Amino acid sequence: MLLRLLLVIFAVVTPARAEEVVAGLSQKQIAISTNFDGSEILIFGAVKREAAIARDSQLGVIVTVAGPAQELTVRRKEKWSAIWINRDSLEVRSAPSFYAVATTAPFDTLLTDESDLVYLVSVDRAIHAGMASEGVDDQNNFIDALIRIREANDLYQSNEGTVTLTGDTLFNTSIKLPANLVGGSYNVRFLLTREGRVISQYETVIFVNKVGLERFLYALAHEKPTLYGLMSLAIAIAAGWGASAVFRYIRA
Amino acid sequence: MQVYLPIAEVSVNAFLLLGLGGLIGVLSGMFGVGGGFLMTPLLFFIGIPPAVAVATGANQIVASSFSAVLAHFKRRTVDLRMGIVLLIGGLVGAALGVQLFNMLRALGQVDLLVNLCYVLFLGVIGTLMFIESLNAIFKSRSGKPAARKRHNWVHNLPFKVKFRTSGLYISVIPPLVVGVLVGVLAAVMGVGGGFIMVPAMIYLLGMPTKVVVGTSLFQIIFVTAFTTMLHAVTNYTVDVMLAVLLLIGGVIGAQFGTRIAVRLKAEQLRILLALMVMGVCGKLAFDLFAQPSELYSIAAVGGH
Repeated sequence: MLLRLLLVIFAVVTPARAEEVVAGLSQKQIAISTNFDGSEILIFGAVKREAAIARDSQLGVIVTVAGPAQELTVRRKEKWSAIWINRDSLEVRSAPSFYAVATTAPFDTLLTDESDLVYLVSVDRAIHAGMASEGVDDQNNFIDALIRIREANDLYQSNEGTVTLTGDTLFNTSIKLPANLVGGSYNVRFLLTREGRVISQYETVIFVNKVGLERFLYALAHEKPTLYGLMSLAIAIAAGWGASAVFRYIRA
Repeated sequence: MQVYLPIAEVSVNAFLLLGLGGLIGVLSGMFGVGGGFLMTPLLFFIGIPPAVAVATGANQIVASSFSAVLAHFKRRTVDLRMGIVLLIGGLVGAALGVQLFNMLRALGQVDLLVNLCYVLFLGVIGTLMFIESLNAIFKSRSGKPAARKRHNWVHNLPFKVKFRTSGLYISVIPPLVVGVLVGVLAAVMGVGGGFIMVPAMIYLLGMPTKVVVGTSLFQIIFVTAFTTMLHAVTNYTVDVMLAVLLLIGGVIGAQFGTRIAVRLKAEQLRILLALMVMGVCGKLAFDLFAQPSELYSIAAVGGH
């Protein structure tokens, strides 16, 4: 009911849009199985429009993928007498475990700084936005470090110019998901831009789930930890005894 | 061959883990140390989250120690009575250690304390063992038999018990204290504690080197099993997939280790262990004193 009301309001206040995104993903689910070693999702779509293609400005497409949010602590080491120890730390309330941006052209030609501030698209803005935190004076240094470390691990990616746009209508891109992926729902966002402003937005979700043995073990460890612990010990002792028996047999 | 670990949530090379387990297993069989003091830092290095590395390391030590202790039982080099006394101390110590660990975590300096503990203990023990073994080797070269000091203050305490396998008649207090100390370290540092217990048994209790290794392994099995259960139930950080890969390598390595140990002289065995302990200590000390290339680090709040 509330949702419908919101939709009605939305329809009233926003003028009929000239261009809209119609998009798809190569897969709605990503299964983490035992041999999972990263994955690539293909993202494709089309621009739906009622009028003729506007030629006076350049159409831009931006695709973002954001993983489940995490609560983090970022620590900084400082020299204390002769040794380096963790001194200041910043509590980050919410940072995406994964964040990738793909665009058709250099980022600042597609979106103005003001629009970025509103839509939180670029890696910097998207990560800084989740930081309602206290404790240090120079929290930007901590957040920059968070982004730097995660960019080095491909967990945060800024892929400018990797979206291919054909005839101002069809677009496609692929986003590489690293092997150390956290399970959960990944938010995929599509933005159409003209003259630095967002003219259309569309969101969808892709689920990353453990399957098979991975899922069984994860569930057991969290739901029946005592049984899981005993099972781990039983495996350890059986393996230890087994190896001993095998070696005795080999020697005899 | 890449394998995705369900609890650690990272993908790693299976052969790398097998090799790592094998290396630790050889050390475990040779020296009677669980190998945790090497395993835990190596797992950090290949990208396993620290909490998972510590908990799973404990589980893996159970396997390699069990494999090795069977070989020692066959050769009758386990002092069961001494092992049980050490074990009682160890379980009390592990329970205390977990309390201490949680207290320090609340203060936010647990990493520093763990590192300082490592540097201090490894440094002192490694150096002492190295000097003592060198002396023993020189004495045996010059023809005189290496006479071990049989009587010190330890032998004047009450509650004396006969430990027949070790050929000792001493008070139960020193082994109990050693057990408690090792238990605390096992919980705080995520290690079996063999690298502390082995020297303590040789130098403090005066046990023969032959019996020390098997007895130490016997105690380590139970203390690390206890720690594994504590981690599994409170933090959900035991990764059984990681443990299986490490322990397949580990149990095989342990069998080779015990065979190598039989061929080496006690002094040579001790000097090798001393060198290794000093090496790890040097690396950890370097990390404390040198400026790190990345000053910042990220830690997840809750879970891992």
